[in-house]
Amino acid sequence: MADDDAQLDAKIRLQIYETMTKINLADERVRGLLMSGKIMIVYYSPRGQECIPAAVAAAMEPDDYTVTTYRGMHDSIASGAPLGEILAEMMGKATGTSKGKGGPMHLSDPNSGLMVTTGIVGGGIPIANGVALASQLKGLDRVTVCYFGDGATNIGAFHEALNLAAVWDLPIVFVCQNNEYGEYTPRLDSQRVEHISERAASYGMPGVTVDGNDPDATYRVATEAVRRARAGLGPTLIEAKTYRFMGHLFGDQMPYMPKEELQAAIAADPVPRYRELLIADGTATEAELGEIDQRLTGELEQAVQAALDAPLPDPAELFTDVYAAEVPA
Amino acid sequence: MSDPQITLAQALNQALDNELARDDSVFLLGEDIIDPAGGAAKVTAGLSTKYGTQRVRETPISEQAIIGAATGASLLGMRPVAEIMIADFYAVCLDQLANHAAKLRYMSGGRTNVPITVRGLATGGLQFGAQHSQMVEAWFAHTPGLKIAIPSTPADGKGLLTAAIRDDDPTIIIEPATLYAMKGPVPAGEHVVPLGKADIKRAGSDVTIITYGKQVHDSLDAAAQLAGEIDVEVLDLRSIVPWDAEAMLESVSRTRRAVVVHQAVQRFGVGAEIAAWLSQELFGSLAAPILRVGAEYTPVPYSAELEAAHLPSTARILDAVRTVCKA
Repeated sequence: MADDDAQLDAKIRLQIYETMTKINLADERVRGLLMSGKIMIVYYSPRGQECIPAAVAAAMEPDDYTVTTYRGMHDSIASGAPLGEILAEMMGKATGTSKGKGGPMHLSDPNSGLMVTTGIVGGGIPIANGVALASQLKGLDRVTVCYFGDGATNIGAFHEALNLAAVWDLPIVFVCQNNEYGEYTPRLDSQRVEHISERAASYGMPGVTVDGNDPDATYRVATEAVRRARAGLGPTLIEAKTYRFMGHLFGDQMPYMPKEELQAAIAADPVPRYRELLIADGTATEAELGEIDQRLTGELEQAVQAALDAPLPDPAELFTDVYAAEVPA
Repeated sequence: MSDPQITLAQALNQALDNELARDDSVFLLGEDIIDPAGGAAKVTAGLSTKYGTQRVRETPISEQAIIGAATGASLLGMRPVAEIMIADFYAVCLDQLANHAAKLRYMSGGRTNVPITVRGLATGGLQFGAQHSQMVEAWFAHTPGLKIAIPSTPADGKGLLTAAIRDDDPTIIIEPATLYAMKGPVPAGEHVVPLGKADIKRAGSDVTIITYGKQVHDSLDAAAQLAGEIDVEVLDLRSIVPWDAEAMLESVSRTRRAVVVHQAVQRFGVGAEIAAWLSQELFGSLAAPILRVGAEYTPVPYSAELEAAHLPSTARILDAVRTVCKA
């Protein structure tokens, strides 16, 4: 067992930094495109929640599986799905992950293990169980990570799925990104548990609350949960506490979020904070991180340009992929 | 040698048994499906003993978790067969079926697919009341991405279930519980009835009854009673999606008259779609408007007399057939 106080491997921390920066840059660019009117899409910004998938993905193997939810661009990027295809899909282009037929709420890229992104709160959790079950039945030695928000923990599918995952000892890790709001309602107006992780006890699985804005702590908790899952010891519920900087969807004026609360969260922005930490503790120099930032910015610009330039889907695509073969009317 | 006579429940069991033996990616999951219970209607009897509880899996009473687990497993190439005990319970897992299983192929641009089979019984006429007696095929037929079949004979049950398991799309098989104990000849070994192939259960020249499930037998009764008066053709659609457009067009262009019969409520039902579509395709050559015989637009009542008044009956089929033939 790693000593919790010992510093994590520099390579891991830089990997986490790179992923969260990639997410952060992409999010900023998408919001810029929206603001300038270059694109018009429904956008659920993950700003503020970047650390969680960045740290969890670092604890996963490349061929592990991910299932996520509509506020999921950060999870998709962390899963390894190609950024260019993610952006193209969000813009409804033929070169998108789903040929433009899924959209921002339905990113999937089986090549990188991103199996489902659902637009239905909690709807992905039962399906993630199935992915985990198949890898168990096939002896694939792969773990499934299922992301969802705090709001999803009040829907029936969450209860059914966590119960079944425990009964079947599935190789799965449930990661609740608790950003304290379900759409426009504060979490504690809609549930009576202080910590969502407490709910794990009712399914007979471990539940852990972690500061999701602390990448090192999140990585440690995720590593243990992934290890348990891979060892056949069953599921874990991780509650990663975080905060949403941009409200529910792009353009949200956030009148329901106390100003001081939001300001405090932004002041503690986990992305620059981790950067400063890595420099302060000697993991990397300003110049080294600057190089990563520059490389990522270059890659992002290429991806954005390619997505903007990409063609729209052929109208005939309307009728393909409904069934394996077209079903006559 | 003629085929052995077995019940619909046994025929369905044979299909599951054959497919479990034939394909390692097939597994079953559902409530009470393992031995000694062997399923609420014994359709899965003996299978957990033969194949073990990894491949024939007991679940909690959690329909969303059942359909979700099947869907997720199918994304990795498994071919799960989920049992939803009674058709009315589809209401509690409709999100998983209609928003997820049905749409994942499309929403992924064809990069994933959902080769699941969901099967279970539906009643009606057994005094189980409003929440255990509904026919729900119209819910699914109205959801692009799902396929749906309803067998009327043991042989069709075995063949359609086999086809569904081998199909690459999510397919729902609704099994009329009133027919489980009905015996009929069923080919031993492999037997596949392709989805989308109707079957003329009785040939006739005056009028076509288009139907499926239990009402195939009611329609055959009606046809027998009308023998000598009206020559009735009974077309068993067998699968609703995909449906056999060619067979319906061929039959009705010949008879120029049609009645659609199903157990589900008549208004906004599958019969309405068939009647509208046939009227459009054959406008001008039809000798009479197409009539529908379905259940009355009420919840299914409990009391036997009320339930009989709710459900379509042989008497109502006779009326409808005579009406279209007078025109």
